[in-house]
Amino acid sequence: MLEIKDLRARIEDQEILKGVNLTVKPGEVHAIMGPNGSGKSTLASVLAGREEYEVTGGEVWYDGKNLLDMEPDERAREGVFLAFQYPVELPGVSMSNFLKQAVNAVREHRGEAPLSAVEFLKLMKEKAALVHLDPSLKRRAVNEGFSGGEKKRNEIFQMAMLEPKLAILDETDSGLDIDALRIVADGVNQMRSPERAFLVITHYQRLLDYIVPDIVHVLVDGRIVKSGGKDLALKLEDLGYDWVKEQADAETLA
Amino acid sequence: MQTTTERIERPEDRFLAAFEVHAGHALNGNGPRMQALRREALTHFARLGFPERKAEAWKYTNIGRKLAHPYALGAPAPALTRDDLAPYAIPGLDAARAALVNGRFEPGLSSLDGLPEGVVVTGLAEAAGAHPELFERHFAHYADYRGEVFTALNTAFTRDGLFVYVPANTVVERPIHALSLLDTDADLFLQPRLLVVVERGAQVRLIESRHARTGTKTFTNGVTEIFVGPNAHVDLFTLQDEGDAAAQVASRYAYQEADSYLATSTITLSGDLVRNTQNYLPDAENCETHLRGLFLGRGTMHVDNHTLVDHAKPHCYSNELFKGILADRATGVFNGKVFVRPDAQQTNAYQENKTVLLSEAARMYAKPELEIYADDVKCSHGATTGRLDAEAMFYLRTRGLTDGQARRMLLLAFARDVIDEIAVEPLRAHLDRLIERRLP
Repeated sequence: MLEIKDLRARIEDQEILKGVNLTVKPGEVHAIMGPNGSGKSTLASVLAGREEYEVTGGEVWYDGKNLLDMEPDERAREGVFLAFQYPVELPGVSMSNFLKQAVNAVREHRGEAPLSAVEFLKLMKEKAALVHLDPSLKRRAVNEGFSGGEKKRNEIFQMAMLEPKLAILDETDSGLDIDALRIVADGVNQMRSPERAFLVITHYQRLLDYIVPDIVHVLVDGRIVKSGGKDLALKLEDLGYDWVKEQADAETLA
Repeated sequence: MQTTTERIERPEDRFLAAFEVHAGHALNGNGPRMQALRREALTHFARLGFPERKAEAWKYTNIGRKLAHPYALGAPAPALTRDDLAPYAIPGLDAARAALVNGRFEPGLSSLDGLPEGVVVTGLAEAAGAHPELFERHFAHYADYRGEVFTALNTAFTRDGLFVYVPANTVVERPIHALSLLDTDADLFLQPRLLVVVERGAQVRLIESRHARTGTKTFTNGVTEIFVGPNAHVDLFTLQDEGDAAAQVASRYAYQEADSYLATSTITLSGDLVRNTQNYLPDAENCETHLRGLFLGRGTMHVDNHTLVDHAKPHCYSNELFKGILADRATGVFNGKVFVRPDAQQTNAYQENKTVLLSEAARMYAKPELEIYADDVKCSHGATTGRLDAEAMFYLRTRGLTDGQARRMLLLAFARDVIDEIAVEPLRAHLDRLIERRLP
């Protein structure tokens, strides 16, 4: 579903991704861990199409299409979803208007008819329940006055509304208390399916107790230096990133 | 080689010469008091002269370039039918309608049945004759024809316009829609006048919409006077949409008595050059004043909003919000003055101006001015000019919205707090649609 080959990217003059290779198959959950500044969020941004990042090399193939050729909204309509690390407040834009346009943009692209008002409200109610959001939020402005936890739950709610094929969660767990973390993880787990893949970017192993990944990758200094099963996350928690770095350096030398 | 010599005449001279010719046709020209008033106004006009480029109040608005055009000063009234006005109706709005064509009241195109007893909605010329006492008590009492050149000019020349009178303790339930249309083959200079008198405890909602079905160059020098009596309640919604060739200077003077409420919304959707000069004088205790504005500029459009709220008495509240969206090479000006005079203790006065620029060449000149001479007041002002938030755009696009859809959504959201304050639902819905269609 997703194939990243030797991806290099920079922002302004600073090279951040220095050759990332990653293959994700439908149904899989991949966790990407790494220390601060290793390039985790850059990878998420480049995949979603953020303009500030310049891709300087490599390829990204998504469902057989060149992802890097697509505008951010084309990627979204093709089924790529980014849950933001810092969700944006949109004063004056109501949740229902925002989601109606988003859902119908995606549906139109899939050749489906736009939802009627009744169908849309029903869908909103159903998906909001998934992350325990009050359905009255439809009248509120997007993320405006939302607590930190509400903002993150709102990202998962939007993901549920848009039903992407590839969901990238950029530090969706950071700053959440354990109750909110469980709710978010629960929402994600209910959306796991053989057709849908997840790229879960996190700084903390704790999230992976709730969203159990198939594969864990460790990103250090713009490269994936180690990949493994879910146990790798636990090992990282015990030994820290230095352990992986040392191992990686040793391998390079050998 | 041939040379032609032309006498260079100032634009003022054409008006001064025309005054004698037009005197006989002018508003209520036969009444001695009005005659004297008009002559006095003309004298002030001659003395004041049109603003020089250096004049502070006209620093960013080159009105001289527009005034230099040789407009015709009188307009024949075209024969229009109700069908001709249909495109300018507001869908779903149940309102009394007063129609004005080229600044002249058209009773045949108006629908004024069902107004409460005592309410007068008629042409200004008609009102001057039919209600002389009432008329003279208010006409030119609030407008500064001694100090403002465009107001002096209008006062000297005005022939017609609209008169709205709501007697004490009368509530006009249906809004009154004053629909103004320009229809001419000539390049025309018009000087309509609106006089609104709302007495003690009365209540009215006025919608003023201005349109054109001509592509000729026009210049409308309009003056509006509003008297809001004690405990009276007035809402005024103005929609300016006269097309790309229309220049206008719209001067508004509002006078408020105790415990009164006045809210105005000025929505500017088109125009070549639009200058709104708005003066509010809450001249008694416990007045509430709201000034809202929204302007959309594109092409080479120029929109200039000058406002003055002059707090003269204690315990008054004013709140001002002007928002603009400027694209292409459009320019905007906002100059908001708030005076809080020594007697005006316990004044709450707020002012905000926000503009979004959609292109490199669009320009906004914002100048808030707060002058406070009382010590126990709450006042604030703020002006921001910027581009659409790039992060918000990206957020929307990652949800599948195209660049255009995302931009539209954010611009509508930006305009929302002005639109949402429009208390007449069909008008609000109409503006929503209009603005969505017209967004640059």
